[in-house]
Amino acid sequence: MSEIADKVKKIVVEHLGVEESKVTPEASFIDDLGADSLDTVELVMAFEEAFSVEIPEDAAEKIATVKDAIDYIEKQKAA
Amino acid sequence: MGIVSPLGLGLEHNWSRLIAGESGIGRIASFDPSDLPAHVAGEVPAGPTEAGGLTLSDWVPVKDQKKMDRFIHLGLVAATEAVEDSGWKPESEEDRCRTGVMIGSGIGGLQTIYDASITVHEGRARRLSPFFIPSALINLVSGHVSIKYGFKGPNHSVVTACATGVHAIGDASRLIMLGDADVMVAGGAEAAVCPLGIAGFSSARALSTAFNDTPEKASRPWDRDRDGFVMGEGAGIVVLEEYEHAKARGAKIYGEIIGYGMSGDAYHITAPAEGHEGAYRAMQAAVRSAGISVSDIGYVNAHGTSTMADDLELQAVERLFGDAASQVAMSSTKSAIGHLLGAAGAVEAIFSILAIRDKVAPPTLNLDNPSTESVIDRVAHEAQRRKIDIALSNSFGFGGTNASIIVRGV
Repeated sequence: MSEIADKVKKIVVEHLGVEESKVTPEASFIDDLGADSLDTVELVMAFEEAFSVEIPEDAAEKIATVKDAIDYIEKQKAA
Repeated sequence: MGIVSPLGLGLEHNWSRLIAGESGIGRIASFDPSDLPAHVAGEVPAGPTEAGGLTLSDWVPVKDQKKMDRFIHLGLVAATEAVEDSGWKPESEEDRCRTGVMIGSGIGGLQTIYDASITVHEGRARRLSPFFIPSALINLVSGHVSIKYGFKGPNHSVVTACATGVHAIGDASRLIMLGDADVMVAGGAEAAVCPLGIAGFSSARALSTAFNDTPEKASRPWDRDRDGFVMGEGAGIVVLEEYEHAKARGAKIYGEIIGYGMSGDAYHITAPAEGHEGAYRAMQAAVRSAGISVSDIGYVNAHGTSTMADDLELQAVERLFGDAASQVAMSSTKSAIGHLLGAAGAVEAIFSILAIRDKVAPPTLNLDNPSTESVIDRVAHEAQRRKIDIALSNSFGFGGTNASIIVRGV
């Protein structure tokens, strides 16, 4: 796993209080990890802070799974 | 009933420490108060739950803790104890809809607002937590309790500064009388022992500053050396229930609310009117609604904040009781726990009910030299065994708001 993926996973575990094993790439924040809409807003903010990236609202709305988050951040970082 | 206070966690733990004359006041530990005029407060002690300390993760899941200010944490702790103590677990949708919540706070999420202000001030408004608003809102204790237990009846809250706790219990009992609910979870929660809270009340010249080196002596209602109140934090919650409803399910009944009175001073934003005539009228209204004679009241839990207003309340109580004044005991339990602001009235109403249950008047600590003599026994230093069948509890708040409640044993 990439460094970004590791960090994303850690943030998710911390913010949603879920077990690390549940944070698979396919896991959906809302359906699988017990987040509500406010939790996802906070998660996106935590990603922005941790990776020094801007995630605009329309992009944030498309981040539903752990993999979505990793892919988006990796793309931003590569750009 | 449930209490979390500077004396610790749990109804019986609080009561036994209170009766033993112990104090929950100390030097402020949650932050360094050196730059502020007042260095003492009553803070809820951390520690293992079984030892009467607060271990928050035993009550609120870790991932939810950051979504609520501390006043909500404390409210949830006391509400959980109260609801479990009551044994009320509504199974049907109808019963859930007949169960409401009315928990207030004087100030709400002050530390949360402070922290958020700094985030915005530093130009990081976009980093503000989406949980900021629901963390600070006063009615969110009622909200969280309803969500936790599925109570779908009236969901309400009270904000009347230091009279909040009595107003919440009194108003909730009225909702039951009016038929809006069969069961109401009611009370107050407060957590304003933070730099902004201490600084604000200091600026209003309301806090004790002369006992920074001897914190346990700082809260001394009616004593000639008193110099302001000591802020405390905590929550007091009761489960109120329509009498026949409680009897039918064989509920444990601690007591009955028989009287409730309210008034406004229409005088000054922080100072009580002469002779505390607003307090007198609130007590008078409570006695009238109870349909009792003042001589039936064996114990008064005074507002008694350890400020100059103590003697005014004393005057009003003497006036109310008249010839019966020499028979009544009156104490201020703020001497042991400090002033819990919006939670004070609820915690003190609970102490009044336990005073009836055990026929014990809790003491007024540090009352070494009363500034005014009175025929009313103010239970200095040590608890007293008394004949107490009915008790009156007072709470008065900034803005000139007064509330009194009368409880009776069952």
